[in-house]
Amino acid sequence: MPGVQYPASTDADRRHRVAVSRPSRALPRGPMLGGSARLALVAWLLLLPALIALAAVSLYPIANGIWLSLTNTSLITNEDAFVGIKNYIALANDGQFWNAWDHTLLFTVASTLLETVIGLLMAVLLYERFVGRAILRAIMLVPWAMPTVVTSKMFGWLFDGQHGVINYLLVKCGLLSANVDWLGSAQTALGTIVLADVWKTAPFMALLLLAGLQTISPSLTDAARIDGANAWSTFWHVRLPLLWPTLLIAGLFRALDAFRIFDLVYVLTGGGPADSTETLSTLSYKVLFSTLQFGYGSAMTMATFATEGVIALGFCFFIIRQLRANR
Amino acid sequence: MTTRQARARAALVYGGALLMLVWSAGPFVWQISTSFQLDRALTGPTPSFIPHPFTWAHYTSAFFHRHLQFYLRNSLIVAVFTTLFCLFFGTLAAFALSRLKIRGRFGLLMVILSVSMFPQIAIVGPLYLIASAFNLLDTYRGLIIVYLALGLPLVTWVLFGYFETLPREMDEAGRVDGVSTLGLLWRIILPISLPALVTTGLLAFIAAWNEFLFALAFTSNFQHQTVPVGIANFTDIYYVPWGDISAASTVVTLPLIILVLFFQRHIIQGLTMGGLKE
Repeated sequence: MPGVQYPASTDADRRHRVAVSRPSRALPRGPMLGGSARLALVAWLLLLPALIALAAVSLYPIANGIWLSLTNTSLITNEDAFVGIKNYIALANDGQFWNAWDHTLLFTVASTLLETVIGLLMAVLLYERFVGRAILRAIMLVPWAMPTVVTSKMFGWLFDGQHGVINYLLVKCGLLSANVDWLGSAQTALGTIVLADVWKTAPFMALLLLAGLQTISPSLTDAARIDGANAWSTFWHVRLPLLWPTLLIAGLFRALDAFRIFDLVYVLTGGGPADSTETLSTLSYKVLFSTLQFGYGSAMTMATFATEGVIALGFCFFIIRQLRANR
Repeated sequence: MTTRQARARAALVYGGALLMLVWSAGPFVWQISTSFQLDRALTGPTPSFIPHPFTWAHYTSAFFHRHLQFYLRNSLIVAVFTTLFCLFFGTLAAFALSRLKIRGRFGLLMVILSVSMFPQIAIVGPLYLIASAFNLLDTYRGLIIVYLALGLPLVTWVLFGYFETLPREMDEAGRVDGVSTLGLLWRIILPISLPALVTTGLLAFIAAWNEFLFALAFTSNFQHQTVPVGIANFTDIYYVPWGDISAASTVVTLPLIILVLFFQRHIIQGLTMGGLKE
């Protein structure tokens, strides 16, 4: 980082400058030193635009969503009467909702676990020294940078039931006897979507974990090796325990992100076949924007929000415990 | 290590590296190859990797039949303005949090972070109603406002992390020289923060360029729809136009990939700082 050097100023200098600058200018030009109340005001003024944006686009909509979920708002009938918890009672008995809830949770657990394991393997490999490592590390950013809609279409083509190259290769290798309609059958569609998500996010997970691995002092692993530990037990007993906090935090972010899955499902299957890939976000989107039931749809999104909150709290519990244990 | 062990290690490492290369780059390379093949080659019994015969037909079709140039224009406008606003407001916020006395700044940072974790489906409904009330549906402004708020948390966090690494002695020196608070930001901190600004700008740009849910809900015609919505709607009645889709995918992804490869070191640093600040 380029350091900025300033000529050392003498005390006389300083007195002079303070004296000159004392008649402070009007607020917009920035107040001078001294008035700490004024400084705090400036700080809050600088923060204000960001806070207003966040409040208007995140906090207010959540509050508004809670209100909507207690009404029978519909853009078709133009009703918006307060109905209490009627929507939530209907939601508790809605099979489609619980179906989507199950899929979302299953998807979140499966993709987060796979991403973490594959990401960890990649990180361990990238930690080694080899020719072309820098290039590989750069290429791994390709899946991450690509628009999710493009990823979806790409997997749709790779896993196409008729002309997809995956079918061709698997049949050619003798692993399959006939083409499989990966996205068109209820048994394989969700798995294919998990795979697409893992493809897109595992490399990024690997880079986060690699950064974590690089903060572990080599003297620790060297010490273990001198004590006669082999590579595997060095990894298992020295590196992995030290990597736990990083793993948990990265896992938290991935899990919360996976839980919001929308693009992949919406583009690849639209929730089908036979609702076998319906997730909370896609189902809520349909209720909101196809049937225009904003009251009931909001109850569904608030239930989604609450579930995500519980997941976040669960992770935070483990993270705090881990950080305490390490201390 | 014996030579045999060393050889086994090398085989393992290079085998793994090759696997990772094919896994990361293979699908997109296949997509590029697809975009240059005729439909009849794509639906033939044996897929081929080398386009034969080679064709630009899918590119012309994507632009002339499917309005790709409109989607590109819309995405560019929305993403550029989102990036500029994100950088401007994010810098002000990060500077205030890092350099000025703010009570409960740790709490504020946490609130900003958790807001970015909200499921977007939970805010899209109410925001749609607000946007509709303010006539912001089918406008660039509507999308830019939403993307600004979605991008701000990450931008603020990454810039905050960067500002924290700058030595405080600079502030002191600046104050002694009689620089005002905003002068401190403008004349001392910003000039040496250019790498961080480029990184965060890139992150904000990519996020806005790739966003799908709000673009889908807020826009309804190709005059304002962005690239992801446009490509999601590439369909024909009787068949899926994989060639056209691949061509459009290549056009919208290649610039991102070039940018990312060019700035990769900064991106990795910026993201690990923003994501894993402990």
